[in-house]
Amino acid sequence: MSVRTARAGRERVLGLLAAMLRIRQFEETCARLYGEGKIRGFVHLCNGEEAVAVGVMATLGPGDAIVSTYREHGHALARGIPMDAVMAEMYGKATGCSRGRGGSMHLFDAATRFYGGNAIVGGGLPLAVGLALAEKMQGRKGLAACFFGEGAAAEGEFHESLNLAALWRLPVLFICENNLYAMGTALERSQSQTSIAARGAAYGLPSEAVSGMDVFAVAEAAGRAVASIRNGGGPVLLEMCTYRLRAHSMFDAQLYRDKAEVEAWQKRGPIVSLTTRAKAAALMTEEDYQRLLAAADAEVDEAVRFAEDSPWEPAADLGRFVYAEAGSP
Amino acid sequence: MAQMNMIQALNSAMDIMLGRDPNVVILGEDVGYFGGVFRVTDGLQRKYGEHRVLDTPIAEGGIVAAAIGMGVNGLRPVAEVQFADYIYPAYDQIVSELARLRYRSAGDFFAPVTIRTPCGGGIRGGQTHSQSPEGIFAHVSGLKVVMPSNPYDAKGLLIAAIEDDDPVVFFEPKRIYNGPFDGDPNKPAVPWSTHPKGEVPEGHYTVPIGKAEVVREGGDVSIVTYGTMVHVCEAAARSLGLDAEVIDVRSMVPLDVETLVNSVKKTGRCVVVHEATRFGGFGGELSATLQEECFWHLEAPILRVAGWDTPYPHAFEWEYFPGQKRVARALTAVMEAR
Ligand SMILES: Cc1ncc(C[n+]2csc(CCOP(=O)(O)OP(=O)(O)O)c2C)c(N)n1
Repeated sequence: MSVRTARAGRERVLGLLAAMLRIRQFEETCARLYGEGKIRGFVHLCNGEEAVAVGVMATLGPGDAIVSTYREHGHALARGIPMDAVMAEMYGKATGCSRGRGGSMHLFDAATRFYGGNAIVGGGLPLAVGLALAEKMQGRKGLAACFFGEGAAAEGEFHESLNLAALWRLPVLFICENNLYAMGTALERSQSQTSIAARGAAYGLPSEAVSGMDVFAVAEAAGRAVASIRNGGGPVLLEMCTYRLRAHSMFDAQLYRDKAEVEAWQKRGPIVSLTTRAKAAALMTEEDYQRLLAAADAEVDEAVRFAEDSPWEPAADLGRFVYAEAGSP
Repeated sequence: MAQMNMIQALNSAMDIMLGRDPNVVILGEDVGYFGGVFRVTDGLQRKYGEHRVLDTPIAEGGIVAAAIGMGVNGLRPVAEVQFADYIYPAYDQIVSELARLRYRSAGDFFAPVTIRTPCGGGIRGGQTHSQSPEGIFAHVSGLKVVMPSNPYDAKGLLIAAIEDDDPVVFFEPKRIYNGPFDGDPNKPAVPWSTHPKGEVPEGHYTVPIGKAEVVREGGDVSIVTYGTMVHVCEAAARSLGLDAEVIDVRSMVPLDVETLVNSVKKTGRCVVVHEATRFGGFGGELSATLQEECFWHLEAPILRVAGWDTPYPHAFEWEYFPGQKRVARALTAVMEAR
């Protein structure tokens, strides 16, 4: 690991760290705003899973499509949806990336080909298959990167999607964020095969378990997978071993896991671990860290200001976008 | 009698049935160890063991499918689908298998399955934690469909559902789990302990499936509704000072046509209210039936108040939700018509 860090070089280390910090500070701010009643509804934070979002997105190009889950703030930010638009969506404002129609769990953005957060567990996998099939049939080079939790591997859509993608050799990168718990249910309590990579292999997909806490490991594995997919090698499944450091949602007393377990994982979190290693390799200093943290905070503050100042969409527009409008694409 | 909110009343119903009938089994996502996301099954696994209260993987189709097999083979399963918004992966099993088993085996086989699922909005759940899909189940022959509006009915109806030999889809309006809600999100929450229907017997009793209840008597107009909207409609009637009769349908299938018809024949005016989207909604069935049965008694067209025909919007929740104002507007229109 430290070898990887040393090879990475200072600029890359700082870039990855900055990307993870802006997600972390965004999530922390969401938690605070939720407490203040500014953000409402169901909100799922991705603290601890930042390296997966950042490491994978670093390997993708603008022509690729992203499909995500309800725990998607990090994916959206790492993909490049402006933080202003993501925060405004949290507030339900007209300037939100989904015009306030979706809120936290339903971020969409055409410019970055972000095909949605999705609060239906497993709901996004078939969409990724369809996106990839269309890409292939139209002779384009893009792939579909599809994020899902390990809990989704129990849904029928997971199995149908892996089979179709493998059968038709589609350009899909399946990224399982295995954070060990589906809400209050630990993986081993709910699934007969606890290795998600083994399930990918069963459908004939090259599949690999990766440390999702190490942003370099994530980026390397994703880079290999993307290269193989772009070479026509068909779909790949990566099982990112990670942990969610916060509760499942804002209503979760976390009675299903020990404090000690959470604390142990906190020490292994992707931001701490990168910072520790990079400092040890003399690639960055505490000042660098503080500077990046301040920059992240400033960006988040600005996004909050933007969201607060933004208007609500007029209620008369409630019925828009249910069907195609005259003149819409 | 005890004071219970709807969560406790539903829990008590399952507790009693697990205790009385060794064939009753509960299954669903996070229902056991975790106690349910809304705590409705809290403590039941501890009390009855893992073989009576089963945690399942996230697989709604599989949960219902397993319940059907268990039901046809001697058990009386109570399956939970965590939110009604997640019931669609199970829709095929419910429609193609569960609803038809008795019919297609000419009565040889049946599956006494109860499917509990929290429904409805008003909790800022947005598109995927707010829907009211009762209409698409009421439309399927072979299913019974109920939705209580208070703790007393919730417990009595759930026991009746579990004891019923036919499949019952049991909708729980989650906005009123903890207290009645009159549609005004800015008012402080009211607990069930302030409401007469928050008094719930501790033991076994049933509320029969297929019986509506007149929750407020009146002579001017009949309001036919169910679930959370019962409370919104009562408040709307009060706000107008109208002598409105409010009927809680409680059971969509079978439908207590008699109680509804008697009321509308008496008042000559009717407003049908539900939170689900309007087009093709269950309100259409209510309105059509009442029109057929009461046409010569009607003084005005029957009006419907419902959710707008859109997905449930995050930002526009309180525009979407058919609150007191919209109900009052319809009541006024129906009263003025001649
Ligand atoms: C079809 C469906 N069933 C159930 C749920 C309720 N639910 C939301 S998140 C969740 C746990 C999902 O766990 P996992 O896939 O591991 O993702 P994580 O939340 O851990 O990121 C469940 C059961 C849902 N949203 N959709």
